[in-house]
Amino acid sequence: MDALLFMIFAAIAVICGINLVVQTHPISSALSLVGVMGALAALYLLLGGEFIAAAQLVVYAGAIMVLFVFVIMLLNAGTEKKLTVRPLGKYLGAPLLLLFFGMMAYLIQRILPESSPVVFGAFQSGTAAEIGKSLFTVYLLPFEVTSVLILIAILGAIVLARKEVD
Amino acid sequence: MQLWLIPILPLIGFLLNGLFGKRLAKPVINAIAVGSVVLSFLWVVKTLNALGAFSGGLEETYKEHYYTWIQSGALNISVDFAIDRLTAVMLMVVTGVGALIHIYATGYMAHEGGYYRFFAYLNLFMFFMLILVLGANFLLLFVGWEGVGLCSYLLIGFYFLEKFATDAGNKAFIVNRIGDFGFSLAIFLVGFHFNSLDFGTVFAQIKGMPIEASAGIFTAISLLLLVGATGKSAQIPLYVWLPDAMAGPTPVSALIHAATMVTAGVYMIARTSQIYLHSPWALDIVAIVGLTTAFVAATIGLAQNDIKKVFAYSTVSQLGYMFVGLGVGAFSAGIFHLMTHAFFKALLFLGAGSVIHACSGEQDMRHMGGLRKYTPITMVTLLCGSLAIAGFPYLSGAASKDLILEAAYEHAPWMYWVGVFTAGMTAFYVFRAFFLTFFGEYKGKAAAGHGHGDHGHGHGEPHESPAVMWIPLAILAVLSVGGGFINIPHFLEPIFPLQEGEPARWLEYVATAAGLGGIAVAYLFYVVSPALPESLANSFRGVYNLIYNKYFVDEFYDAAVVEPVVDGSRQLLWRVGDVRLIDGLANGIGSTARGIGGILRRGQSGYIRSYAAWVLAGSILAIAYIGFIGASR
Amino acid sequence: MPLGPLPAAVPPSWYLTLSAILFALGVLGFLLRRNIITVFMSIELMLNAVNLSFITFSYMLKRVDGHIFSFFVMVVAAAEAAVGLAIILTVFKNRQTLEIDEVSTLKN
Repeated sequence: MDALLFMIFAAIAVICGINLVVQTHPISSALSLVGVMGALAALYLLLGGEFIAAAQLVVYAGAIMVLFVFVIMLLNAGTEKKLTVRPLGKYLGAPLLLLFFGMMAYLIQRILPESSPVVFGAFQSGTAAEIGKSLFTVYLLPFEVTSVLILIAILGAIVLARKEVD
Repeated sequence: MQLWLIPILPLIGFLLNGLFGKRLAKPVINAIAVGSVVLSFLWVVKTLNALGAFSGGLEETYKEHYYTWIQSGALNISVDFAIDRLTAVMLMVVTGVGALIHIYATGYMAHEGGYYRFFAYLNLFMFFMLILVLGANFLLLFVGWEGVGLCSYLLIGFYFLEKFATDAGNKAFIVNRIGDFGFSLAIFLVGFHFNSLDFGTVFAQIKGMPIEASAGIFTAISLLLLVGATGKSAQIPLYVWLPDAMAGPTPVSALIHAATMVTAGVYMIARTSQIYLHSPWALDIVAIVGLTTAFVAATIGLAQNDIKKVFAYSTVSQLGYMFVGLGVGAFSAGIFHLMTHAFFKALLFLGAGSVIHACSGEQDMRHMGGLRKYTPITMVTLLCGSLAIAGFPYLSGAASKDLILEAAYEHAPWMYWVGVFTAGMTAFYVFRAFFLTFFGEYKGKAAAGHGHGDHGHGHGEPHESPAVMWIPLAILAVLSVGGGFINIPHFLEPIFPLQEGEPARWLEYVATAAGLGGIAVAYLFYVVSPALPESLANSFRGVYNLIYNKYFVDEFYDAAVVEPVVDGSRQLLWRVGDVRLIDGLANGIGSTARGIGGILRRGQSGYIRSYAAWVLAGSILAIAYIGFIGASR
Repeated sequence: MPLGPLPAAVPPSWYLTLSAILFALGVLGFLLRRNIITVFMSIELMLNAVNLSFITFSYMLKRVDGHIFSFFVMVVAAAEAAVGLAIILTVFKNRQTLEIDEVSTLKN
């Protein structure tokens, strides 16, 4: 059962990812990205990350992607003329990518230690309570720093996007 | 006993005058400069008295240790001052004659610019000279050695606006440096072989070692030390700087180039006598060098017209005598002659200065004459000095010179005859100078009312020097006359054992006769029939030209050494080495950096996607490294 | 990788491989697309792939730290998206274009 679930959601993720790259209109790409995120949320659930799955859907798919869609509509970004590629990208990018992917796959197979298959429910520490415990004790400093980071991001966004003062 | 006070007092004088002299009034400068040397002299007297030097004491060396200077492995060099009888003689001469010359200089330099600078340098010179004399190891001696070389350079080039003065200063320093190179090598050899540079330690070790029959370590060290000595004491082949050094003010010539600095070489050989006694071959070389120098310099002195040049060559010649004394094993005779020479040569130079001052800067003897009317005191004192150097019986010069000649006869009779002939020439040229200066009619320009040369003011007729100048002359005259009765060889007996037996009496008589003969010939040439020298010179025009032009030695050195070095530097070291190699390297680095930068610049294209591609490539490299070669292999 | 009849559950390495695929797709989009916003979204895709990696490792090591990291990645992605889009807005206001190639004034 777990394998089947994995296959389904993995397929969704990959197909949406390819769609993201291939589509000409940004809106289509944005919607495909939402699809990827949804599939990934399901995979997180399989891996026992309940909190993260929820956060993914709420924050990532629900807030960030909405922001993206807003901006696309605001800027009225039209269809790209053509999927033009610079010769350098065509002849260099694809082989490099292939090489990268091949390397990663090989390394994953070779280096990773033997471990049991992923079973839903095998990992119990992904609950909100566990994450909260860890976040406010061990990772307290990064937590605080991240809040400052968000503050700075807010300030930056406001400064950048406001109207010119005349 | 506070030996350190002896050199420190002049050093304080140097610092005070050097740093603040510009703002001080002349009497204050005088007080500081003269006072420091006089105080040093008094302290020397007091110290020697306390050590018992004047009453038969001071048999052993008295040493004071101050601090350890260099401590490196087995080599331990400390700042030590030591006094033995040899040092005592040197100290008295240096501080005593130095004090007199300082007093004289206050009068002589009264109208010169850079007054405080002059006395600052002079005090600095006294400091270094005293370090040289008091030093208890080779390195301290070398420090003093170099220091007096520096002060000599500074003082020769005192009138630094004149090119010939600065050239002379350069020449002195460079030629000295060649000698110092030999000296340094000698010091290295000593340190290497005896693991110490301390005089006491080294000589104690040497005492037990056998005398060398042929070339060996003692010969090597001795010859290298001799190279240093020929540089400092102006012997062949490194004497060429001394006549040029007359470009400095006359008190400088008197103090440095007559009485003290040039005797440093003699002192050094006497100090290291143990090394020389173990290498008879080197001693022979010393004697031959000395004798040759004495003879050649005397011949050159016969034809010079500048009064200071005459005395300069005379100094070279007399130093040759001292070397002869050392070389035949009569070390104490050499030191004795050093002392008497200090007296009468300083007197001669100061007297010459007085004469020059009287003639308002004129130094050419052909423009002097008849000065006995105008400068009687100078004449009397100079007469004492001239008689002393000529070897007049019972005067100081005769006492020491006769001792040297007697020892030379014991060693090798031909040296004695050459020495006697040179003595005759010495008497001749000194009295030539004397008669030309004081007899006959005054041929100078001062009567017309203008002066030039190293003295700035014009006067009317020649005039006698002020008291501050003729009193030291008088004191030196007394010393020149009576100095022979100070029995230095007897005093130095603990260090330089005297030889047994009385030398033959006739040696002394022949030497004296040579001296008197020289005076007589000079009298004949320059008082009785003044036309004689001219005609003689014309008959022997070739020889005369040769000695008048100092055997063209300077020209030879110029062509053989100076020109090749300068040319070689210019062509090879500058054009190739500096411009091509070093500049090329520096510029090459710069242009290579620029070239690489030009290539790397292409990477900054401004296209974001190419940046991304580079990032990807880099990350692939990193992953490959980590995955296959690195940690997680 | 065992082929043949589908097993009941998959080993974690498959998840990592999926993560690599998604990452590669993200890079592809980043290199090939011309629209700025699409490029940005490719970046988000890459971040998501990395998140999946973290969670997988967290499962394998039986620790919760991977989740924490993933959490922080999300926070930073949010902040970055906000600022990045603001910049895109500004660029659009000034250049009137969303072509990534035309936003380069750094001469070669």
